[in-house]
Amino acid sequence: MTALLMQPLRSLRDSFMDLLPIILVVSFFQFAVLQQPLPNVAKLLTGIFMVMLGLALFIQGLKMALFPLGEEMAFNFVRAGSLWWLFLFAFTLGFGTTVAEPALIAISDEAATIAAAGGMINNNEDSQASYALGLRLTVALAVGVSLLLSVLRILKGWPVQYLIIGGYIGVVIMTSFAPPEIIGIAYDSGGVATSTVTVPLVTALGVGLASSIRGRDPMLDGFGLIALASMMPIIFVMAYGMLI
Amino acid sequence: MGALSDFGGTLLHLLRDVMPIIGILFGFQLIVLRKKIKHPSRVLIGLIFVILGLAFFLEGLEMVLFPIGRLMAEQLTAPEFIYGEGAVIPALADWTDYYWVYIFAAAIGFATTIAEPALIAVALKANQVSGGTVSVNGLRIAVAMGVATGVALGAFRIVTGAPLHWFIITGYVLVIIQTAFAPKTIIPLAYDSGGVTTSTVTVPLVAALGLGLSETIPGRSPLLDGFGLIAFASLFPIIAVMAYAQLSALRAPKHDGPTRTQEINDH
Repeated sequence: MTALLMQPLRSLRDSFMDLLPIILVVSFFQFAVLQQPLPNVAKLLTGIFMVMLGLALFIQGLKMALFPLGEEMAFNFVRAGSLWWLFLFAFTLGFGTTVAEPALIAISDEAATIAAAGGMINNNEDSQASYALGLRLTVALAVGVSLLLSVLRILKGWPVQYLIIGGYIGVVIMTSFAPPEIIGIAYDSGGVATSTVTVPLVTALGVGLASSIRGRDPMLDGFGLIALASMMPIIFVMAYGMLI
Repeated sequence: MGALSDFGGTLLHLLRDVMPIIGILFGFQLIVLRKKIKHPSRVLIGLIFVILGLAFFLEGLEMVLFPIGRLMAEQLTAPEFIYGEGAVIPALADWTDYYWVYIFAAAIGFATTIAEPALIAVALKANQVSGGTVSVNGLRIAVAMGVATGVALGAFRIVTGAPLHWFIITGYVLVIIQTAFAPKTIIPLAYDSGGVTTSTVTVPLVAALGLGLSETIPGRSPLLDGFGLIAFASLFPIIAVMAYAQLSALRAPKHDGPTRTQEINDH
């Protein structure tokens, strides 16, 4: 009974500790540097409690659902021995979770505006909309391809650093050829691909694959999926900018 | 009443984001693999926790942290704060005048990274997989220090107007050199920690800081200079995590540090 009561309390206390640095930094700058009073204390406390509760619930849900689901899928694919389905699953997961991502939709609309202002595309609604959609599909395709490539990498046991360093050399070379308007967007599109729900799932998938394939080490082979998923969109978006 | 409908809206948005993921997972599990889901009720409750938790988390941030943080970024970068009331901004900004901006950039970069849910997830997994050699908080602090350095340096770059790509290329060269020397087991994890920092909490505040700086400093454009901060925030954690592993390996060459697992795991 006490254990049942203590567990949520402990999670809440952990979340409070996670938030403490933010509270300290914001209070210090508010009082000591900017010398201003705190606005609306009741609202502030409600907000902080909501963030704490949310974080505690999320972490609990992570352990109950996202981690086991990702690992279970990995085990099942390996046991079923259906490689092509596994590749299709990895691609679909990457493409499907990215294409509807609100951050990506926002950034591609913004990119279309910049491109129209920079004279890269016609300054009308139709060409802006198709440019934005093209960009969205490009990023989603990049994330899908990156997850597929990561699964192949785990199966083959390729060290992750060759792919990443090779990719970043590609990024550096492409940066000098791509139109300047696209570079900022390209770098930012790497970050939007990895949402808070996708990260735990993809991490669990990689670790699950690496632990269920003989000769693979979960530490050496299981991580690195997020890294590739954040790099691939940079390359794809710059290529998109060069082609359009 | 307003807060309640806001919460409902956030919840609806999240449901729309998470539905495709759940659809893909269950679709493949049930149709392709033809396997039942283990402990379905537990998984269902877990998914509800994830969605509800994120809704509370985002709504709470939107209610208190984001407004205060954005206002703070605005106030700290405002010419009145930096040069005093009524002063004129010099055409060539002296980078030393902006010291509070760098301190704020580093502090808020560190603090928001510690609260980043995706990083907590990766740290929990890494701790479990490494059998405890990678400590949850050690990894989070290393990543947070990387973000702090990255954001402060990014703010400095916006103030001075130095070209973004020189910093990025130097950073990548550093990553390549470290990769050659860091303990092998930490490398994939270090690379991953670059990607997880740019999600829920850090980006809105850091973006506000970049926007505030590039709007007030003469000669900077929000469109061209506002972007760099995020790139910095994802590059420097990689360097920091590898440096952390290198330091632990140096300090404890004979004990069970990260280097030890490397020898055990190498085959």
